[in-house]
Amino acid sequence: MDRMPKWADVVLIPLISLILAAILSALVILGIGEDPVAAVKMMVSGALGSTYGWGYTLYYATNFMFTGLAVAVAFHARLFNIGGEGQAMLGGLGVAIACLYVPWPHWTLALGGAAVLAALFGAAWAAIPAWLQAKRGSHIVITTIMFNFIASAVLNYVLVNVMRPQGSMDPATARFSETVHLPTLHELLAPIGISFSKAAPANVSLLVAVAACVLVWLLIWRTRLGYEIRAYGHSETGALYAGISPVRITMIAMLISGGLAGCMAINNVMGEAERLVLNATEGAGFIGIAVALMGRSHPFGVFLSAILFGFLYQGGAELALWTSIPRELIVVIQALVILFTGALDNMVRMPLEKLFLSLRKGRA
Amino acid sequence: MTFMKSLLGAAAASALMAGAAAAEPAMIYDLGGKFDKSFNEAAFGGAERWAKETGESFREIELQSEAQREQALRRFAEAGSNPIVMAGFAFADALGQVAADYPDTKFVIIDMVVDAPNVRSVVFNENEGSYLVGMLAAMASKTDTVGFVGGMDIPLIRKFACGYAEGVLAVKPEAKVIANMTGTTPAAWNDPVKGSELTKAQISQGADVVYAAAGGTGVGVLQTAADENILSIGVDSNQNYLHPGKVLTSMLKRVDNAVYDAFKDGPEMETGFQVMGVANGGVGYALDDYNAPLVSDEMKAAVDAAAAKIASGELKVHDYMADDSCPVLSF
Repeated sequence: MDRMPKWADVVLIPLISLILAAILSALVILGIGEDPVAAVKMMVSGALGSTYGWGYTLYYATNFMFTGLAVAVAFHARLFNIGGEGQAMLGGLGVAIACLYVPWPHWTLALGGAAVLAALFGAAWAAIPAWLQAKRGSHIVITTIMFNFIASAVLNYVLVNVMRPQGSMDPATARFSETVHLPTLHELLAPIGISFSKAAPANVSLLVAVAACVLVWLLIWRTRLGYEIRAYGHSETGALYAGISPVRITMIAMLISGGLAGCMAINNVMGEAERLVLNATEGAGFIGIAVALMGRSHPFGVFLSAILFGFLYQGGAELALWTSIPRELIVVIQALVILFTGALDNMVRMPLEKLFLSLRKGRA
Repeated sequence: MTFMKSLLGAAAASALMAGAAAAEPAMIYDLGGKFDKSFNEAAFGGAERWAKETGESFREIELQSEAQREQALRRFAEAGSNPIVMAGFAFADALGQVAADYPDTKFVIIDMVVDAPNVRSVVFNENEGSYLVGMLAAMASKTDTVGFVGGMDIPLIRKFACGYAEGVLAVKPEAKVIANMTGTTPAAWNDPVKGSELTKAQISQGADVVYAAAGGTGVGVLQTAADENILSIGVDSNQNYLHPGKVLTSMLKRVDNAVYDAFKDGPEMETGFQVMGVANGGVGYALDDYNAPLVSDEMKAAVDAAAAKIASGELKVHDYMADDSCPVLSF
């Protein structure tokens, strides 16, 4: 018997956590002498008040959907993949190679090809920590986070010494050709008569991310492999008894996870920058952890919380542009949301559970 | 997600709030930060000077990562800022993409050339200014060994180093110039610890004057030079005040003037290509109360004579970026 109704678990707890984070953020903003109401208004109008704002919010949300799903899949196998950042960086390298060195005839083929290569690169980057965990018992948290640093160093090297065009001072690859340009929401919505901001970077990869949410849902709850992953996550010994190989599940779950993180690059590298720059991931791999935690590792939850974090990112950028609230403080606000929705989940959950139990007793 | 819904409701109410202040000029600082005591701070100084004189305000943002360049440019352009000034060569690619989308907005890029009808490109002859401080370094050095600490290893910084080495060798042909770069990525603009280590390494090789052309990294170079009791040379802004009596001089690159002029000219500015050199006061060396005891009259006379020759075209300082090579220094 559940201790509280399902709706309380999926709606009430995130909501209360968010409100707590909002109250604390408001106090912080008050503390530096700014007006929290005006700040919230600016965030909302900047992130959701125009198609331009929506375009950026959805662009960030697309990134977070991929990295959130990556973390969620690994969570189901009780693996904590902190390496989404590095896997997404390597995915970017895969996209750059696909877009620069293959003469694609059309963007649809290029998108497919780039996504495959991005997923392969991301998965390969996750494979080594996964193997070390499965075979050697090296803790996946430690190894994946160390692989983030290696990925960043690899990209430094590649961008400075290998892929930088002759005569360029900027450590970035050349621009991709026009044929691999992904249609933005502006170009997608114009034919059906909806005018969307031309400047915003949200693009067709948003649809790929939504499709990925559906596919992950199918995988986890509608396939045998998904069942095995969940069974392994619930109890390793139980899974072993049922004939599920821990090595196999660890490897497969991490490969899928790394592949999803790598796929983020079709949004930020192929869709937005159209070239590979340093630090292209902008911390999205880490935000993915919060997104998965808040979305309770369910693809639909990931979808919603990715949009929330997209809003926080874009709203935060607006605050930095138009107010004297320093950028660091915006990071503090984002961190508070992560802290309350992710790490301090139990702080809200326990009293709520007690409350529901006593309510039920009262009724019985 | 009812939280989202309530936010959506609020969005409709306040949708027209942002972007009210149109036609304000905007300033975008590069990685390294607005208060790097050097390049970006010079740009900030120019913007501040304009704001004080006119009593008007300007928009500004400090970049946090490479990926933000295009968003920052577009956001200011969308909001109607005009002109938009960006400090740093790394904006060239993003600006090349953005400029055509906002034909009525004027953009100013410093340190790089972007060929578009609404862009003003301002470049400096850093080789000339570096030549002058190189001469001072050679005259002040007792060990006949001088150092150079660059930021990111790019042709632009090699241009500084090459001009500096030519200036040193013009005074003392037998002198030794040690040149080191901090790194190969933009992080090298803001790594004072590494700058300090490189300075110590150069001191151990006998250098007693070190020239830092490294943005925020230079703070570490100047600090270490002062701690170890040798002389240093600042860059871009006048950095003489940082360690009075320890900073020999600063190679002035009048980024502040470039920003000030752009803001003053406003949306009707002339676009195109501008070169700032010794001849038009774009680069030079700093002399003030802080370093007056270090620069003797003979030193000043020699450097001023060279400056006059450069200005008249009689003396040509080699430009590394013209042919990607330096006759007097190998990297």
